[in-house]
Amino acid sequence: MTTRIIATGASVPEQIITNDDIAKVVETSDEWITQRTGIKQRHISAGENTSHFAIETAKKLIERANVNPEDIELIIVASVTPDYGTPSLGCMVQKAIGASKAVAFDITAACSGFMFALSVADKYIQTGVYSNAIVIGAETLSKIVDWSDRTTCVLFGDGAGGAYVEKSEKEGIIKEEIGSKGEIYEILTQGYTPCANAFNDNESGVDPLWYVNMNGREVFKFATKSVVKSIDRVMENAGVTQEDIKYIVPHQANIRIVDVISNKLKIPKEKFYMNMDRFGNTSSASVPMALNELNEKGLIERGDKIILTGFGGGMTWGTMLITW
Amino acid sequence: MVFEKIREIIAEQTGKDESEITLETNVKEDLDADSLDLFQIINDIEDEFDVSVEDPEAIVTVKDAVDFVESHKN
Repeated sequence: MTTRIIATGASVPEQIITNDDIAKVVETSDEWITQRTGIKQRHISAGENTSHFAIETAKKLIERANVNPEDIELIIVASVTPDYGTPSLGCMVQKAIGASKAVAFDITAACSGFMFALSVADKYIQTGVYSNAIVIGAETLSKIVDWSDRTTCVLFGDGAGGAYVEKSEKEGIIKEEIGSKGEIYEILTQGYTPCANAFNDNESGVDPLWYVNMNGREVFKFATKSVVKSIDRVMENAGVTQEDIKYIVPHQANIRIVDVISNKLKIPKEKFYMNMDRFGNTSSASVPMALNELNEKGLIERGDKIILTGFGGGMTWGTMLITW
Repeated sequence: MVFEKIREIIAEQTGKDESEITLETNVKEDLDADSLDLFQIINDIEDEFDVSVEDPEAIVTVKDAVDFVESHKN
């Protein structure tokens, strides 16, 4: 018995912001951004919040999987940019789609968020607690990026992606691992809120650490090392080699990170599915958005083996080998 | 020995021929490497020689890298 992906979906803002558009806001250029990141454009919210994209994704999943919302048992949304502290995005999705019997919650694992959420859903299904789940990664990173910091604002985009999974007798998730390295969490942070209250002298309001802060070199190093090891381990534990793998769907952070991973693993770059040129880094939404695109384009067939891998803040990583 | 290995690492990352790389080579300027290439070169040097480069900006030429490794490796 496995957890199997039945349907995928995604939703992005209509507004497209090109590198040239960003060059009007901060001092940068299309050439600089493209060479160092592989990103040419990103979709940026015209005001819709994260729940909007999560809900649109959930609606597509229900339609494509042809399931009754009342039959959904579990909804997990991964995000670092939810609309509220409470309610969770999961509960907002639950209301919007009328999944009244589901249990809904959010998890946070930054750019690995979808991998963590899918891993949790898989455990609930494997242990027989639930038989299906909607799993979504959704972000509006545009609201937490410092638009005066040219080293970070060029990288991110908004959007959501997700999967409807259910208990199956066919092959689905074969092997997976998620991991954390909290000891270096300072190298990538976002959303710091100071503890200000009526009985201390801390200042309330937006702290500079509210925005995305990162040590580029350390993040690059973590990403390349952790992903290489993780993919290696998952393939070894599953007893498969790269010849067995049709596609690797990595977190769409930066094409240069993927270049290094491809070189180190000696897996041809063609096997890495990338769409960061059009969407930028959408954190937890990037892996499911890319998987959905692969699916919509008809590039994968049932039976193909695919590796999904995410890495990011925490620091965290997650890799999953699935049979499509 | 250290130089040969570092030259190999730099050649692999930049796609240049090893014969183009000497001790005097300025990695960024002479080999068209950008900051991310340099990151990766330093990452590979750290792994190869089990050293930790605290200030990557201090490494400009191949000789800088060789000197760093020779004075820091066990």
